[in-house]
Amino acid sequence: MTIRAPHVPVPVAEAHQCAIPGAAPETLSRACPCGVLGAREPPGTLVRVSRVVVDVVLKPEISDPQGQAVLGALGRLGHDNVTSVRQGKHFVLEVRGTPDQAELKQIAKTLLANPVIEDVELHLTTD
Amino acid sequence: MRIGVLTFPGSLDDVDAARAVRLAGGDPVALWHADHDLKDVDAVVLPGGFSYGDYLRAGAIAARAPLMQDVVTGARQGLPVLGICNGFQVLCEAGLLPGALTRNSHLHFRNRDQVLTVERSDTAWTSDYTTGQRIVIPVKNGEGRYVAADKDLDRLESEGRVVFRYTDGNPNGSSRDIAGVTSENGRVVGLMPHPEHAVEDLTGPSTDGLGFFTSVLKAVVNA
Amino acid sequence: MNVDTVERAGKTPDDEQPWAELGLKSDEYQRIRDILGRRPTTAELAMYSVMWSEHCSYKSSKVHLRQFGDLPHSDALLVGIGENAGVVDVGDGYAVTFKVESHNHPSYVEPYQGAATGVGGIVRDILTMGARPIAVMDSLRFGRADAPDTARVLPGVVAGVGGYGNCLGLPNIGGELLFDDCYAGNPLVNALCVGVMKHEDVRLAKAEGLGNKVILFGARTGGDGIGGVSVLASETFDAEGPAKRPSVQVGDPFTEKLLIEACLEIFGQDLVTGIQDLGGAGLSCATSELASAGTGGMHVDLDTVPLRDSTLTPAEILMSESQERMCAIVEPGKVEAFLAVCRKWDVLATVIGEVTDGDRLTVDWHGERIVDVPPRTVAHEGPVYDRPMARPADLDALQADDAANLPRPSTPEQLEAHWLALVSSPDGADKTWVTEQYDRYVRGNTVLAQPEDAGVVRIDEDSHRGIALALDGNARYARLDPYLGAQLNLAEAYRNVAVSGATPLAVTNCLNFGSPEEPEVMWQFAEAVRGLADGCRALGLPVTGGNVSLYNQTGNVPINPTPVIGVLGVHEDVRRRIPCGWRADGETVLLLGKTRPEFGGSAWASVVHGHLGGRPPALDLAAERALAELLAALGRERLVTSTHDLAEGGLAQVLTESALRYGVGARLRLADDPFTALFSESTARVVVTTSDPDAVRTTAQWAGVSVTELGTTGGDALVLHGLLDLPLAELRAAWTATLPALFGTPEATVGAVPTGAVPSS
Repeated sequence: MTIRAPHVPVPVAEAHQCAIPGAAPETLSRACPCGVLGAREPPGTLVRVSRVVVDVVLKPEISDPQGQAVLGALGRLGHDNVTSVRQGKHFVLEVRGTPDQAELKQIAKTLLANPVIEDVELHLTTD
Repeated sequence: MRIGVLTFPGSLDDVDAARAVRLAGGDPVALWHADHDLKDVDAVVLPGGFSYGDYLRAGAIAARAPLMQDVVTGARQGLPVLGICNGFQVLCEAGLLPGALTRNSHLHFRNRDQVLTVERSDTAWTSDYTTGQRIVIPVKNGEGRYVAADKDLDRLESEGRVVFRYTDGNPNGSSRDIAGVTSENGRVVGLMPHPEHAVEDLTGPSTDGLGFFTSVLKAVVNA
Repeated sequence: MNVDTVERAGKTPDDEQPWAELGLKSDEYQRIRDILGRRPTTAELAMYSVMWSEHCSYKSSKVHLRQFGDLPHSDALLVGIGENAGVVDVGDGYAVTFKVESHNHPSYVEPYQGAATGVGGIVRDILTMGARPIAVMDSLRFGRADAPDTARVLPGVVAGVGGYGNCLGLPNIGGELLFDDCYAGNPLVNALCVGVMKHEDVRLAKAEGLGNKVILFGARTGGDGIGGVSVLASETFDAEGPAKRPSVQVGDPFTEKLLIEACLEIFGQDLVTGIQDLGGAGLSCATSELASAGTGGMHVDLDTVPLRDSTLTPAEILMSESQERMCAIVEPGKVEAFLAVCRKWDVLATVIGEVTDGDRLTVDWHGERIVDVPPRTVAHEGPVYDRPMARPADLDALQADDAANLPRPSTPEQLEAHWLALVSSPDGADKTWVTEQYDRYVRGNTVLAQPEDAGVVRIDEDSHRGIALALDGNARYARLDPYLGAQLNLAEAYRNVAVSGATPLAVTNCLNFGSPEEPEVMWQFAEAVRGLADGCRALGLPVTGGNVSLYNQTGNVPINPTPVIGVLGVHEDVRRRIPCGWRADGETVLLLGKTRPEFGGSAWASVVHGHLGGRPPALDLAAERALAELLAALGRERLVTSTHDLAEGGLAQVLTESALRYGVGARLRLADDPFTALFSESTARVVVTTSDPDAVRTTAQWAGVSVTELGTTGGDALVLHGLLDLPLAELRAAWTATLPALFGTPEATVGAVPTGAVPSS
């Protein structure tokens, strides 16, 4: 997984409930700032926050009709030089403190992706 | 015979599954996803619908519900489990059945009266059918394309674990026209079509779906 | 952020306010100042502007819609116009609530979400009445089928209707799909929802009981649908301002499903004294309507509203059209139980205010008063216009251009060619491409669904009581004569319900018209309403409620007047319903009703000659009533095996659909002029099949309905003796090819992609 935008210290805001049951991820116009931080630290404490990016794609042997549809549309729009499109998912996690690599790998491989049909794209970058 | 019907947030055909159980002569028992309580049922139905809005992946979040842990444990001990449509998706996500369900190859939601061929008449849910029997059952899904790696599909076929195959047309692009599969012990069955919608002449294209529910009542008795 | 408070408004009477940009007229703005005795605050201005808009206040249509309220009292009507949806007694202690609503303009902007949120909105209206929603229908109109923009809009709309309704678990039991150039820049998406409850479960939208809490529950509030109000963003210091305020609402059917289940449990435990859904104008509407309808006033602390976007201003929060939200009035002692049910279903619920004494609606933000208004003036005392009307200048010429003068087919080959053109036209063609995208089975109570003439749903599994619904809106007839056209649509929906064997009970309507600022459109609207009211009076049916959609235009050209009429009927025993489609050989095909040469506004004239002119077919409501009673009797006595009513496309369309349904042809003989027999659109006619023609004739005679024998079912062709031999295979090819050819055969569009082509990892 790609770890980007590391370690931005952010002051704890006033705590309030941030659970968003039932909201479709696509409809969130922006993350609630307080969602990053819990109610545990006293206001004013500085806490590290990391942003973790996980990309999930279908395994190569699984056909991807959505990607095919996009490819077809590109062709009709004149972009003949695009020869393949695979459609996947892009997750952005905000994690408090130093990210535990093992934990994040487990989250990515067993929940964010279905290992039967999906691969998790792993990129390792050093800061 | 007590047949549990599990409701997740977003389950839709739980009411219809309960009706089918009743019509077959069983007692439907409502089960709630958040409770660790199977209420001593003799079998479990995971019904169709859009549990958790199909978020993340269809069935992915429901498969991790508290009661599913009990269902998985029960299944490993021989509890008959039927997964219909979203229920099939949950069973695959929970690891009780091989393969996965993905977006229909034509990208549309499709509701059709579908002909199926029964290929296994010795599972807990199909003993009231005969091998090779053609039945008409509604399919209605947007993410019903069954897929798996070739080697896994080959193994499924060689082990005779394909229970239903789409006939006279494949409504969603499923590999090898597979409509439903079973576990190694034949007690867990998952299929995309909806037998609970084919139990009354008044409201369905046939009554071919009743056999699922009458079969399991016998499976329970003989267990 | 500097918020405009009531106190400041009192002290700064000369502050400029963007009332014109918000759609208010200067006299309306002045009236607000008179009502309040000062200038309105920014938030108050926003509330008045949206609540007094055409969409919310019905200011152009109110004077005409009063005619529905003047209809004779009907015992079947439990709740009439004015509530979220009308409620009808269907017997056995059951009450049914149903309504049709439009979501036209949003569907042009964002087809999927526009259609989806249209379904979501009408479902919430039904839920708010205390009912479990049990089915939906959709009536869709687009520009020419082969227009490029139709290819953009139609698939999205259909996917949206299906996507939202299927996820909610509501079967789609019928609807319409029609095409006409006049809708090119303005598709029509009308969605109907029906719900069932017991009489004692009916809930109303009013706030009563001093100290009762106001609870907002459902989705968080975001910036959906407030594009127009973005002009108020200039009052804030948010540099990103208007660009971030989408004018499109985005729907989440999963949240609405949870809302439905939570509400039904809440109703079951009797936890609310009043309830309202948040639709157009969001919180402004819900709070002002609840307060206005009740006794006492209401106070709201806007800070408590759970937000998805923390940068929203108070005015934006009040205007937001975020979906899947409801507002309930709950006694303090029941609040815990209410919140517990919401927690069980993971539905966010927040106490945002309470019912007060006095008669004001007050809203605070960060401890300061930003709204203090008399709620009646916002919700129910909006402007009322009696706009000028003028009969369209072209109407005389249009009516004189008689379709009877158009060249008719003179040989059997031409007759066949016209027939095939008619049934393969986009309007006449098979609609499976669309209807396969809808779930018809969920809940297991659907008895009849498209392509049947009516949708039929069982509401009691023990008594077999059921309901039937039909939606119809022929706009060509209404263009030729809006008064008659509205009545003809009523007659058609009434007949469609009757052919299933049900007894028609009540009416809803969605009136889609152009700009009311055009006197000719205003005249069309007034005539249509007058026609519908007169028609309902003659048939003895109440209008339970409905919807008006104005300003439907493509550029400056208004759409054809499109009054879509929905009729609800009841089946005492749904097992006696009569389906469409011929299933068996050797049955007698009978035509009930009289045929006259009537081609004005007909599908034949439109498809073959591109012609719209003349007069619509004659209306005979007495004949429709007699026919309906006859069909009910035939159904009860099981004397007929199928029925199909004649409307657009006349007998040719009906014979085609009846034969192709199960692949059973017929050998027929047409006594008179075959052209008239096949293509006339005379009303009050039905084709039935029976194995006991004598009994049908006797019953028909008793009912005063004429009977013409057409022939016998059987074979693999439609054979018109001495005239035509249409093989069903050829007919089917023509009828089923059209929509896939236009909008893509799904499999072909994506392309065959072999799975398993790559070795596994």
